Amino acid sequence: MRIVVVGASLGGVRTVQGLRRRGSDAEIVLVGDEPGSPDGVAADRPPLSKGFLADPSAAAPPLVTAAELDALGVRLVSARATDLDLGSRRVALHGGEELAFDALVVATGSSPRLLPELESRAGVFSLRTAADAAAVRTAAHEGARVVVVGGGFIGAELAWTLSRLGHPVTVVEPLPTLMVRGLGSRVGEALTRRHTEAGVDLRLGTAVAGVEGADRVEGVRLVDGTLLPADVVVLGVGTVPETGWLADSGLELRDGVVCDEHLAAVGAEGVYAVGDVARWRAPRSGEDVRVEHWTNAVECAGVVAANLTGTPTVHDPVPYVWTDQLGGKLQVFGRVRPQDELRVVHGDLDGSFVAVSGGDGRLQAVIGFAAVKQLLPYRKLLLAGATWDEALAG
Amino acid sequence: MRVSVDLDVCQGHGVCHMSAPDVFELDPDDAHAIVQLDPVPAALEGDARTAVDACPERAITLHP
Repeated sequence: MRIVVVGASLGGVRTVQGLRRRGSDAEIVLVGDEPGSPDGVAADRPPLSKGFLADPSAAAPPLVTAAELDALGVRLVSARATDLDLGSRRVALHGGEELAFDALVVATGSSPRLLPELESRAGVFSLRTAADAAAVRTAAHEGARVVVVGGGFIGAELAWTLSRLGHPVTVVEPLPTLMVRGLGSRVGEALTRRHTEAGVDLRLGTAVAGVEGADRVEGVRLVDGTLLPADVVVLGVGTVPETGWLADSGLELRDGVVCDEHLAAVGAEGVYAVGDVARWRAPRSGEDVRVEHWTNAVECAGVVAANLTGTPTVHDPVPYVWTDQLGGKLQVFGRVRPQDELRVVHGDLDGSFVAVSGGDGRLQAVIGFAAVKQLLPYRKLLLAGATWDEALAG
Repeated sequence: MRVSVDLDVCQGHGVCHMSAPDVFELDPDDAHAIVQLDPVPAALEGDARTAVDACPERAITLHP
């Protein structure tokens, strides 16, 4: 039995570790091509927009070392997968090697979405890899003016981190509110206000038209003609799943690899997907979802390792995402749906708070800011599948 | 199996408590992990491992 895991970031690394922990004696091959990493293994990503960026001496070690993989009896192949042939059950690698497999785990993750208006040029960065973060850290010299394009969790966190370092930071976001997809409008609006009060220059409801500067970026032009002078531009406009190498494979692709609730690719025997690249039918909501959170990749890896070692397991998580900004930890459990009702159950939105979001008679999500203790009972209610009335009763 | 939490690293995500509620309680003041069962009973080792994996700060260690 040979298991090939393609992708050596969080989902792939945790899958091979989980397989061995569960006693798998299969031959395991891990294929990695993380850009900027000498052996193709990625670093842990959450610190890259937090402590790593703020501390010039901080390191971003790989998620697993070659020695650790060796000790696990996992063969690491540092190459890019270019093709999958489901008929002959082989993965083709850049350079010509082919890997036969009995089971395959697709863990190729996602890549930063790029904007055609933001042409590549010195000083314009995406933030995905440790090498990206190191480049941003180097470019953001003292006093450098920063424009962050995108006002989601990553953009807002980046803006906070870089403004605390003393940089003048401007955020450009087409929606009228920061982080509105993750937090809903009321909480999003409150935190948007707080970013403004903290000195971040917000340009909301507008978009980038182009980049100024010949060799290096000198500014960002908005669609209304405004020029934002910039020494460093960082994009945080989401990611796209890395499925290009699967285009001709016959796997069903729809903004990710389409999987069932066990994370098994639909219509392909012995093929699974984990992390950002997996789209699956979530039993809890009945919806097809793709989730780009750290915690989801970890949980997917556990599920697939179980499924490959004889313990059929369904992936039905309560999503969790966190971000460090505005001087506190912002935590979201569950999913805030636009149509749901929001109630603040502790504190207020101008300080530390816990808010609950509910709809269809159920508690759907819990949001906490700098209130880990007060969050606890509501998180328990969410895990227990509490009704909306139970949640409001606390 | 022994278990320990590095409280300098723990950030109070509370994910360990979700994964292994019998092994980890959370400090009511700052949600830092408090180990409840050390050594971990064999029946709860799976839960404890899930918690080790799920900790975003990698603050939990299991020792044979």
